Amino acid sequence: MSEEYERETYRLACALGWASLGLGIVQLAAPGAVSRLSGVDDSAWARTGVRLVGVRELMHAAVLLGSRRPAPWVWTRVAGDAMDLTVLGRAMAKRTGWRRARVMAAMAAVAGITATDLYTATRANRHGPRTQIMGPMDLRAAITVNRPRQEVYRYWHDFENLPRFMAHLESVETIAGGYSHWTAKGPARKSIEWDAEIVEDIPDELIAWRSTEGAAVRNSGSVRFTDAPGGRGTEVRVEITYDPPGGKVGLAFARLLGEHPEQQVRDDLRRFKQVMETGEVARSDGTPEGPYALRQVLQRPAQPVK
Amino acid sequence: MKANCWMGRNTLEVQEVPDPRILNPRDAIVRITSSAICGSDLHMYDGYIPTMKKGDILGHEFMGEVVEVGPEVSRLRVGDRVVVPFPIACGRCLACEQGMYSVCENSNPNAGLAEKLMGHAPAGIYGYSHMMGGYPGGQAQYARVPFADVGPIKIEDDLPDEQVLFLSDIFPTGWMGAEMCEIKPGDVIAVWGAGPVGHFAVASALLMGAERVISIDRYAYRLEIAARAGAETLNYEEVDIFDALRDMTAGRGPDACIDAVGMEAHYPIPAVQAYDRVKQATRMETDRPYALREAILACRNGGIVSVIGAYGGMVDKFPMGSFMNRSLTMKTGQCHVQRYMEPLLRRIRDGEIDPSFVITHHLRLEDAPRGYEMFKNKEDGCNKVVLHPW
Repeated sequence: MSEEYERETYRLACALGWASLGLGIVQLAAPGAVSRLSGVDDSAWARTGVRLVGVRELMHAAVLLGSRRPAPWVWTRVAGDAMDLTVLGRAMAKRTGWRRARVMAAMAAVAGITATDLYTATRANRHGPRTQIMGPMDLRAAITVNRPRQEVYRYWHDFENLPRFMAHLESVETIAGGYSHWTAKGPARKSIEWDAEIVEDIPDELIAWRSTEGAAVRNSGSVRFTDAPGGRGTEVRVEITYDPPGGKVGLAFARLLGEHPEQQVRDDLRRFKQVMETGEVARSDGTPEGPYALRQVLQRPAQPVK
Repeated sequence: MKANCWMGRNTLEVQEVPDPRILNPRDAIVRITSSAICGSDLHMYDGYIPTMKKGDILGHEFMGEVVEVGPEVSRLRVGDRVVVPFPIACGRCLACEQGMYSVCENSNPNAGLAEKLMGHAPAGIYGYSHMMGGYPGGQAQYARVPFADVGPIKIEDDLPDEQVLFLSDIFPTGWMGAEMCEIKPGDVIAVWGAGPVGHFAVASALLMGAERVISIDRYAYRLEIAARAGAETLNYEEVDIFDALRDMTAGRGPDACIDAVGMEAHYPIPAVQAYDRVKQATRMETDRPYALREAILACRNGGIVSVIGAYGGMVDKFPMGSFMNRSLTMKTGQCHVQRYMEPLLRRIRDGEIDPSFVITHHLRLEDAPRGYEMFKNKEDGCNKVVLHPW
């Protein structure tokens, strides 16, 4: 898709965000006027209803205006429109005369807005890889290690060392011929196992691996080693691709629980640096596991562990 | 063991907690003989440092006897008497190799947390919030000391605790504050804050050859201690600091200004104090930077502002125009204590300085909560409290 197309979608989504903000403020500040205008002021709970819709509009505004890529969030407005049309439809059925006319006018207005929302939301769906619900997850992270490149490469190259700094791995056994058997902690503490093979290996520069056919969690990764400038050690760059168990939806839930895959890879690299430079993983009694994303949300008190 | 635990804002409890264990091969366990309360402990006591958790053991100025060492510790033995520096440092990352111990790249297991607030993570510090690593502090009977070969300094002669204890933080911190001023003959140095760190900054600046050192505070008893350390004094509730400094330096302004106050400064004009107090209470800023603002405005053109007072998050009304247009330089940092312990211990041994001059109170560990109250409210001439856990 063209950049111009994406910019236009972005502008539309932002405009809808500002519209939500304005409408929300009016609905909260003057619910009486809004309910009169839409012909439902004879209902006992009209003002409360309008206020609730006002709060909802502010939430639309928050996600639309607070996001770097607001367009997919327009779907929340579409859902809101559907709700408004349903409520107004029922209100119209019960009314006659000028009230019925006003409700119909309000419905016409909402229908127009719905069309705009749908148009913007579908535009958003037409491009951008991140709107995919399924599909592999790409992670990248980098760190500088104050050790010579050969030494850093050699440590990583022995895959049996990986569980020392990759928090989700329980063990890796190397089998002959570049093959290895990996065991990881999966969701809900179930172990996941798979075999992997080295697909590229350039001494002191690059190691790339991928899971073999039939792995439960398809994954691949690579790590690149380059000299950091001016004797600052070795720059280590990792790329990992995997199919998250439970898809992107499962991933969203994991995020809510504090499991950020991006943070996990960064923490893995931090532990790698610690092991390489200091010979151990830094632990405090507040974080006895060492750098660990989940623990950062749920710290122990800084008191000795029993 | 007994330990002084943070239980929420303005609430401390000395509790029975488990004894610390060796968790890593480079750890040591120290039986603490003396532990001090630091001005920065008050920032946590007052609830201004984020990421504190109920039950956290406070304290980062402590010394004692090594009672256990991990298999990878070679420089220390059981029975050694040591002073422990407050920043935890691995000694092997690039920062440590360059002597920047307080920004050690490996000692903070909660680096991810600190990065969210600060961009990059500083080193771990004992008893100083979870953002700084979640390490239990030294206001306790024992402490676990990670990277024990790198930090602690052995005290092999009979110097009493009270003369060497402050090598853990405030003496090196004051020293570094003065060192950052790059003192040349004839220099006039102004020091905001006449707490113990300010007192050591005064003494250090004079040892480095400053012509005059001016100490600024509002408590007469603290200014008296500064005067005994060799400073001229100004009480900001009695004189206008800016005018007084201009007068004392015949219009030039001090060559360097040291902020030894930090995030909980006070200001003599109630409306200004109220403005920042309200912003702080509503978390629109975390720090009240009066001393810093004044130090910048007072400093001579082309001078140095050295910041050793502790800040936590955000300040506002930062006089950037004055700072930029007048070619000022700011130098700052949590002290790289490991760098200064040896040379300063030598100066103590040689009788150039006796750091115990800042102490006003000795209390038992059980009385730590009372010590904090006295220290916070400046009761009973309180300047520095040393706790005795045994």
